[in-house]
Amino acid sequence: MIIDLTVVWAFVIAFAVFAYVVMDGFDLGIGILFPFFAVGRERDSAMNTVAPVWDGNETWLVLGGGGLMAAFPLAYAIILPALYAPIIAMLLALIFRGVAFEFRWRDPGHRRWWDVGFTVGSVVAALAQGITLGALLQGITVEGRSYAGGWWDWLSPFSVLVGVSLVVGYALLGATWLIMKTEGQLQDHCFRLARILGPATVGCIVLVSLATPFLSEEYYRNWFTFPQVLFAAQVPILVAVASVLFFIGLARRWEYWPFLITLALFALGLIGLGVSMFPYVIPGAITIWDAASPEKSQLFMLVGASILIPIILAYTAYSYWVFRGKTGHEGYH
Amino acid sequence: MLEQFDALLLARIQFAFTVSFHFIFPAFSIGLASYLAVLEGLWLWTGREIYLRLFKYWVKIFALAFGMGVVSGIVMSYQFGTNWSVFSDKAGPVIGPVMAYEVLTAFFLEAGFLGVMLFGMNRVGKGLHYAATLAVAIGTFTSAFWILSVNSWMHTPAGFAMNDVGQFVPVDWWAIVFNPSFPFRLAHTVMAAYLTTALVVGAVGAFHLLRDRINEGARVMFTMAIGMIAIAAPVQIFLGDAHGLNTLEHQPTKIMAMEGHFESHPDGAPLILFGLPDEEERTVHYEVAIPKLSSLILEHSLDAPLKGLDTVPEDEWPPVAIVFWSFRIMVGLGFLMLFLGATGALAFFKGRLYQWRPLHWFALAMGPAGFVAVIAGWVTTEVGRQPYTVYGLLRTADSVAPLEAPAVATSLLVFVVVYFVVFSAGTLYILKLMGHAPHAGEPGPEAVREQPQRAAGITPASAVDPDRTIGGRGAEAGA
Repeated sequence: MIIDLTVVWAFVIAFAVFAYVVMDGFDLGIGILFPFFAVGRERDSAMNTVAPVWDGNETWLVLGGGGLMAAFPLAYAIILPALYAPIIAMLLALIFRGVAFEFRWRDPGHRRWWDVGFTVGSVVAALAQGITLGALLQGITVEGRSYAGGWWDWLSPFSVLVGVSLVVGYALLGATWLIMKTEGQLQDHCFRLARILGPATVGCIVLVSLATPFLSEEYYRNWFTFPQVLFAAQVPILVAVASVLFFIGLARRWEYWPFLITLALFALGLIGLGVSMFPYVIPGAITIWDAASPEKSQLFMLVGASILIPIILAYTAYSYWVFRGKTGHEGYH
Repeated sequence: MLEQFDALLLARIQFAFTVSFHFIFPAFSIGLASYLAVLEGLWLWTGREIYLRLFKYWVKIFALAFGMGVVSGIVMSYQFGTNWSVFSDKAGPVIGPVMAYEVLTAFFLEAGFLGVMLFGMNRVGKGLHYAATLAVAIGTFTSAFWILSVNSWMHTPAGFAMNDVGQFVPVDWWAIVFNPSFPFRLAHTVMAAYLTTALVVGAVGAFHLLRDRINEGARVMFTMAIGMIAIAAPVQIFLGDAHGLNTLEHQPTKIMAMEGHFESHPDGAPLILFGLPDEEERTVHYEVAIPKLSSLILEHSLDAPLKGLDTVPEDEWPPVAIVFWSFRIMVGLGFLMLFLGATGALAFFKGRLYQWRPLHWFALAMGPAGFVAVIAGWVTTEVGRQPYTVYGLLRTADSVAPLEAPAVATSLLVFVVVYFVVFSAGTLYILKLMGHAPHAGEPGPEAVREQPQRAAGITPASAVDPDRTIGGRGAEAGA
């Protein structure tokens, strides 16, 4: 059997997006939760848990964008102008956040402002990413080989719902990450936050899942027709199981469990997205094969990716391992 | 039509603005990463504490410059799609995979080991820490390799075919990556990054020598920087000349604009030193020129004929004045750097390197010269490529996304405001760090993160007791 390179690349990019969402997700989440932490030790500890790794986390976003351009240039060329406003907003927010990250330590005189920049940057970036996803799901107007819609098409109740959901979900990732990485007062605080954010996240998943199939007939068919439904139905069932397990772990104060289950919820969300969209990259208009770059391009990259991505994962894991364990408020030394 | 033009112009301004801002940071961090690797290597090899002190001094500055490079670079990787979507669709199959290799081989390497380099000195052994520093340095260089390959391909496209939907499709990856202008552009740009860093290090060294000429850190920095400039400046001029000859071969119109040659010179072209190029009248006003020198430089013969812009249709001209002037700024600064290197070497051999104050003032004044020259060189080569994005094949006007002017105008405005606020704060802070002389027991970035504790009145032992830091042994040896 010949392997379909295009499908392989769809999975590679989905993986890059997932890696980005879970890794930058928790540090964006910390930014979203920052106003709830006490000034001083709580904030410093929270920041310390991600200081050595956030650069690497954000690199997955570059791989997602760069990979999309390389493997599916047509999709890249249509999606980015269509979602111009939220994407520019996300980029600017990430600038604010990244710089605030470095400066709140070095410029204590203005720490209050850098903290505000960190929070606003994180919230806007998360919201913009969610809106981007929601707008993509609800469909983009395509004519020929370019975007043909208006400049506010991305804004709808559905896209805002997805945006808010992602903010809530990232906040949960942040809280459960901190449960894992800290102890004492901050950890207690995060347990309390997770008790609120857990149900909120599950609620958001339910709302988005209920709204999505009714956006288009295609989605409805993908979810509810036989035999597809046998596969698709696993997703909501697993979400239900994971939710129950989440609350059990939280109630028993297991420290790793809530984060791992939250990751599972995000993975299920991505699989759900795949069920809705596959094989379209721009729903209803462009399939992955329409958008694919020539085989020679995809093959050239795949050689590198199949060697390099495992190596990257290995040294990323090593870097996390170096900074393993509980982080104190005084940082690494 | 007018609106289309406005969106195009705004998109071009936005790209030029964001890429110029971005380019400052990698130009600095490529050189600085290598400098840090040299410093740590010297420390491990000689055991002298001074090298560790300088490493810790510069690594904090590197962290900031790198962080700002990362966030402004993410903007670049998405701007291809938001503002230049037609270009992305058409050129994506060729340049996309090369840029993906940049992410896979360089960005992850840098970002993955940056944490260990900045905060891991006391968590991993010396050897592993040095490996992390080397990984970051190699990562920055690898990144330059790939991105300059992509950029060079846009100047001298090779190894491709066109498909039926108008996309460039790869035929020969070797020819694409190692396209005709790539080796010259890579060498010239990487050397520019090294020179830029050497000029900054030299200026910081000079600044502290002016205040305290026995500061050991300042002396070591200044010596290293002057040595680097003395070697790199002449090499850079040679590389620039080679790059120019390559450009003459592949992009002759760009050379015509750089030289201000509106007319052909059948029996030897003059070198115009200064003047005001006037595209409408097709002449250079008030020109100061040396007869035949341009032919000598470009063709190594006094009487060699050189073609002028009159042989090229006017709609293929780049904006002549911009290219003419930016080129002169770059070359002028290059010769000032050569002069600095030469006088520095002279002072060194006379044993007056730390005493000769005019040299220190000169080095201090030259601190920003590398950045200016890098931007001027970038403008020369990029504006010189106009009106094309892919030289001779895809016009800039045909590359732009289907955008409406108000959308681009708004985002441009926000970019300008955000960049100025954020990056000015960053630059000011870097200058503040440079204003402190390197001193014994220089804290590393990990100590900066201990500040909250110090603020609470408890000084962490490792910040005051050199024996508690990894440099403890060296600190004693150095004292």
